[in-house]
Amino acid sequence: MAEIKLMKGNEVIAEAAIRCGCDGYFGYPITPQSEVMETLMAREPWKETGMVVLQAESEIAAINMVYGAAACGKRAMTSSSSPGISLKQEGLTYLAGAELPCLVVDVVRGGPGLGTIQPAQSDYFQATRGGGHGDYHLLVLAPASVQEMNDFVSLGFDLAFKYRNPVMILADGVIGQMMEKVQLADYSPRWTDDDIERISGKWALTGKKGRDRHVATSLELDSYKQEIFNHKLQAKYRLMQENDARHEELHCEDAEYIFVAYGSSARICQKSIQLCREQGIKAGLFRPVTLYPFPRVPLRALSRRVKGFMAVEMSAGQMVEDVRLTVDANVPVEHFGRYGGVIPTPDEIVEALKKQIISAS
Amino acid sequence: MTEEIIIAGFGGQGVLSMGKILAYSGIMQDQEVAWMPSYGPEMRGGTANVTVILSDERISSPVLTRYDTAIILNQQSMDKFEEAVKPGGTLIYDPNGITRPPTRPDVNIYKIEGTRLAAEAGNPKIFNMIVLGGFLKVKPIVLLDNVEKGLAKSLPARHHHLIPMNIEAIRTGMKHVERD
Amino acid sequence: MTVETIDIIREENLVYRKTPALTDNVMHYCPGCSHGVVHKLVAEVIEETGIREQTIGVSPVGCSVLAYNYLDIDWAEAAHGRAPAVATGISRLHPEKYVFTYQGDGDLASIGTAEVMHACNRGENIVIIFVNNAIYGMTGGQMAPTTLVGQVTSTTPYGRDVKLNGFPMKITELLAQLDGTGFVTRQAVHTPLAIRKAKNAIRKAFENTKKDKGTSFIEIVGTCSSGWKMTPVDANRWMVENMFPKYPLGDIKDI
Repeated sequence: MAEIKLMKGNEVIAEAAIRCGCDGYFGYPITPQSEVMETLMAREPWKETGMVVLQAESEIAAINMVYGAAACGKRAMTSSSSPGISLKQEGLTYLAGAELPCLVVDVVRGGPGLGTIQPAQSDYFQATRGGGHGDYHLLVLAPASVQEMNDFVSLGFDLAFKYRNPVMILADGVIGQMMEKVQLADYSPRWTDDDIERISGKWALTGKKGRDRHVATSLELDSYKQEIFNHKLQAKYRLMQENDARHEELHCEDAEYIFVAYGSSARICQKSIQLCREQGIKAGLFRPVTLYPFPRVPLRALSRRVKGFMAVEMSAGQMVEDVRLTVDANVPVEHFGRYGGVIPTPDEIVEALKKQIISAS
Repeated sequence: MTEEIIIAGFGGQGVLSMGKILAYSGIMQDQEVAWMPSYGPEMRGGTANVTVILSDERISSPVLTRYDTAIILNQQSMDKFEEAVKPGGTLIYDPNGITRPPTRPDVNIYKIEGTRLAAEAGNPKIFNMIVLGGFLKVKPIVLLDNVEKGLAKSLPARHHHLIPMNIEAIRTGMKHVERD
Repeated sequence: MTVETIDIIREENLVYRKTPALTDNVMHYCPGCSHGVVHKLVAEVIEETGIREQTIGVSPVGCSVLAYNYLDIDWAEAAHGRAPAVATGISRLHPEKYVFTYQGDGDLASIGTAEVMHACNRGENIVIIFVNNAIYGMTGGQMAPTTLVGQVTSTTPYGRDVKLNGFPMKITELLAQLDGTGFVTRQAVHTPLAIRKAKNAIRKAFENTKKDKGTSFIEIVGTCSSGWKMTPVDANRWMVENMFPKYPLGDIKDI
């Protein structure tokens, strides 16, 4: 019997981690996501499932603890918010370079710098373009509800191991701090040594026994070999695009104007659609669920039959670049953003649509 | 049915927990719910507000500018949210500390003397439940039975002995809420 | 080789052999470098104590970045300075395994100060092998935190000036102050006797892991003849005369 609860997005991340059989969480406090580690510490999962929870001395240490745990074939995760995620970029590029699976949760706040603790979506570039040095990508999931905060933990681990690649849940202060009804998953056991052998036996550090040694490394001094390795990564990213680009469409069937928005902006746009339709404007929503890979194919298909797109995000215009790269050039693509911790209202989004696209055409 | 509510007052008045109990009560009758607090430094002794949405359908935006009901518990919140009530909507306020009472002719305004009633009962902690009772009298969107179940869900077991007292406070609020 | 010489290379005549825990890869270290000896000692201890299948190493950034090519065990290669955090992740999820980091002075005492301090302070049940040759070897001989006052490096071309660069850092003594460390020692590998003592210390450190005695920390004062621009023999002499007075050998803490 699935358990229904009223929980904050951040609390749900912790609960979902315990229930999906996560092996280790390593974190460092930062607003607005400290409830993740607080919930874990209060739950003491080491008594229940054996899951390890450790407060590290820094975000840098936390992501490197994840690196160590991930190298062992364990399901390891960390969470933070924007300034902390910047610190984790070094670890993330090493994880991507060593092809290690892990889960990173980013509850984004407004920047740049120390910025604000209020919600933002201004770290889209950092999340989707790689963030650290080198040609790599994270697979990025963008939850738009507390339920998805729950569901994406287990999904994130699955995708991380499917591609041997770090996966990021890119949330924001709204989704993290909001409480909604959530259906919790049943408990899945943590992987046994046999499971790890079966799933990751070709690379996991389990102790060299009856096989060649395993090395988790991102170092290759021979440039030609490093180029070949990069080809392999690029092939992996193409596979992600083919098989795991996810999106959701709402009221797009008859829509003339489409809002493109993810996470909490997508929720706000749903209200804008109601308001639009009350005024006779046929609006719909295209919500990327994976930000990388960006769901290009379905968005391009939509662009052949609508009058315009409006990218709505809590940033000065980041995801809009992916929209412009995707849709047919003759369809107008506009951007509406509030940022620095300001959340757009449903009404001003409607006004922006009217002014920037409907009146302009 | 969709009811979009803002509850606003001072930190420490139980604004967030009132919202949480209301949201849990909605879950008890199989509704979709959202609870979206203001968060940050202003929580510490300053103003606190929370948006609560109960609906029979999937909830769209948890961030709103217009509300079906505003429950207002101090003057700053009155200044901020009186105009945010939809025409034909409901505004419930505690007159304690209100120097500029609401004046909108197009909304239904109710008064609940939560501060006074809680003080008279000698228990300031039941203030928010008295106000909740006032709201539920005016807008019976959740059954009292479900509030009781919601309380049981949202309070830790060690506080369950306080549930009857809370229900009593809700009844008090229901009795004393009056049209302004 | 004469016939007689070939004739005596027989199993029964062998008095020394390379431990199987070392791979056959040719080490990239410069002639006279201490890393080769330290690698060998770690490999021998792992082999002799029978823990090869349960041991996971964490290599640093620096000259020993490729340590995983030489010790035939499972390895993780860490970002610069982060080896103690990586080892923490491994050890916490593999509490039954022997986990060690192998780090130089730039990696451990400069960019990785926070990670080593806190791993030691938590008393992570790991071994930390710290090779201190008072210089950044890999990047071409720049000043390290442990560079001696007046020592010439490529970034202190007129010698380390305390006004500009501060003082040589005795990080091993610092770490011994932390309640999480159980065994802290400073060794060297410049003579057969020193090598024997260093090996004993390394063995003890791995035994401590089995006994769950917290973090065992072994500093090995070593040479960098390339970085110091000396012959291996001169480098050893310079180390004895200049490094040992600042970094005296011996156990600092053993509980």
